Amino acid sequence: MTDASLPKPRSELGEILYHLVRDPLGLAGLIIVLAILASAVLAPWIAPYDPIALNVPDRLQGPSAAHLMGTDQLGRDTFSRVIWGGRVALQVALPTIGGAIFFGLLLGMIAGYGPRWLDNLIVLLFDTIRSFPTVMFALAVVALVGPSLNTVILVIMVTSIPTYGRVVRTLTQSLKEAEFITAEKSLGASTPRIMAVHLLPNVLGPLAVLAAMDIPTVVGLEAGLSFLGMGVKPPTPSWGSLLNDGYNLIRNTPWLIIAGGIPLILTTVGFTFLGEALRDVVDPKLRGKGGK
Amino acid sequence: MLSFILKRIGLAAVITVLAVSSLFLIVHMIPGDPVSTMLGPRATPEMRAALEARMGLDQPLVVQIGLFFANMLRGDLGMDVFSNRPVSEIVLGQVPYTLVLILVSITWSAVLGIALGCYSAIHRNSLGDRLTGILSVSVIAVPAFVVSLYSLLIFAVKLQWFPAIGAGDAGNWGDQLHHLVLPSLAIGLSWVGYIARLVRASMLEVMGEGHIRTARAFGLPERQIVFGYALRLAILPTVTVIGVGMGFLLSAAVFTEIVFSRPGLGKLVIDSITTRNYPVVMGSVLFSTLIFVASTTLADIVNAILDPRIRAGK
Repeated sequence: MTDASLPKPRSELGEILYHLVRDPLGLAGLIIVLAILASAVLAPWIAPYDPIALNVPDRLQGPSAAHLMGTDQLGRDTFSRVIWGGRVALQVALPTIGGAIFFGLLLGMIAGYGPRWLDNLIVLLFDTIRSFPTVMFALAVVALVGPSLNTVILVIMVTSIPTYGRVVRTLTQSLKEAEFITAEKSLGASTPRIMAVHLLPNVLGPLAVLAAMDIPTVVGLEAGLSFLGMGVKPPTPSWGSLLNDGYNLIRNTPWLIIAGGIPLILTTVGFTFLGEALRDVVDPKLRGKGGK
Repeated sequence: MLSFILKRIGLAAVITVLAVSSLFLIVHMIPGDPVSTMLGPRATPEMRAALEARMGLDQPLVVQIGLFFANMLRGDLGMDVFSNRPVSEIVLGQVPYTLVLILVSITWSAVLGIALGCYSAIHRNSLGDRLTGILSVSVIAVPAFVVSLYSLLIFAVKLQWFPAIGAGDAGNWGDQLHHLVLPSLAIGLSWVGYIARLVRASMLEVMGEGHIRTARAFGLPERQIVFGYALRLAILPTVTVIGVGMGFLLSAAVFTEIVFSRPGLGKLVIDSITTRNYPVVMGSVLFSTLIFVASTTLADIVNAILDPRIRAGK
């Protein structure tokens, strides 16, 4: 590694960023992700129009200087709806993944560190949750309680817990036998202390990679459910509902589908690139090998 | 080996029982009961009581779950509210459409993905390898329904090369294949990249192992080493991933069926939700769960049979 020639040691975060921006795909991913985050946060200021304001006389226009991505069947500005749609996507993705990480960490660490019977029980729970195909499960719940953003968040969160839990469990199991943990134990550290102070920091890196890779899946699921009319309710702008409008009008105008799909593709590509690059940085075994 | 297979099937049975029971419990815990959902606000108490009795909802919960399993084992998933046909018959009628779609999608993407992965591993760090790598990562996470919509727009609506709607005439194989092209493209695209990367990684790993070095030392031709020995081990992770990926495939199929108005489980579920046909929704979810559990179990068993390391071990 080239670190020997570096002027001064960097912080861990600085180190990760340093390697990230030197990887072209990582840099591209980082820029795309930051752009998406910025446009979602700044939506009220950068969107040229109100995303739900009707303007029927101007409906179904193609792209123009006034409407960069045209207008939909009610004359709403598509570009503004795309920007506001990013907010909805993040509103779903962040709590979903946050919750899944929290419960995944908790259950995974207990399974990995706790007694054998508890481990078996939690793994069985994970396997059971995983046995539902997510979309089918979400549709079943939506059929009962009706479509809403909270339902979507809850269902995707519950079905994502095993993904994180299994990784945390495996990591905890391999760390449990490490010498520094044995040393802590012999010094009389309590189990919660070992979990929180010594195990937690060591599983966060791989979890961050997993989360970056998982965000596109969650965003895609939200868009998919909204596309089916089972997610956010109109007139809330969501990339999925934009695509649904476009699907219904596919023979009239191609612009709605094109405009609704681009942010989804950008999000998936951006976060996947970022996740890949992060993994290479976080997993030192792979760093510098050039292979995945 | 046999004990491994039996253990794995036992585990699958336990998971199925747990999954079905939790599905059943969720239905009961969630606010809003199926009876009012199906009958609507103007139902008389008599109508409600009659439907509740017919669906067994007036029994205690434990009895209901027991009855549900007993009926399920006999292949009885209840009756459809509207047509009065058995739910299992309706769902089973749609399952082949979805399975064919999934199988065709995963077959073409696995063949192409394995070929690309082998190429990348053999010509490591060449331009072709890098290009395959970047393309794979780019298409890996793009949702299937976005690919569906774009291919519908480009190839069906604008260019009119492929049909936009339906599954083709029954009995006309050519027509059915013609209808399968775009949907299977949409579902399979992300898998090509995924499998290519997986095969590349495991191929590189396998090529470094002792038995390959021995084969080289014996002067076997490179072709025979790659396709005769290395590939056998290198496709193992692909088998597992496809088995576990059945859930994603089913989810992708739901969207693709809607976009292309194809018959199948996904279309059935959506149509049933819109018409509040509750038993059919549950029946379809149940079936897709069964398909999913069966495919992960099968993948594990196939893996154990193919991999001498698992076969020799536990």
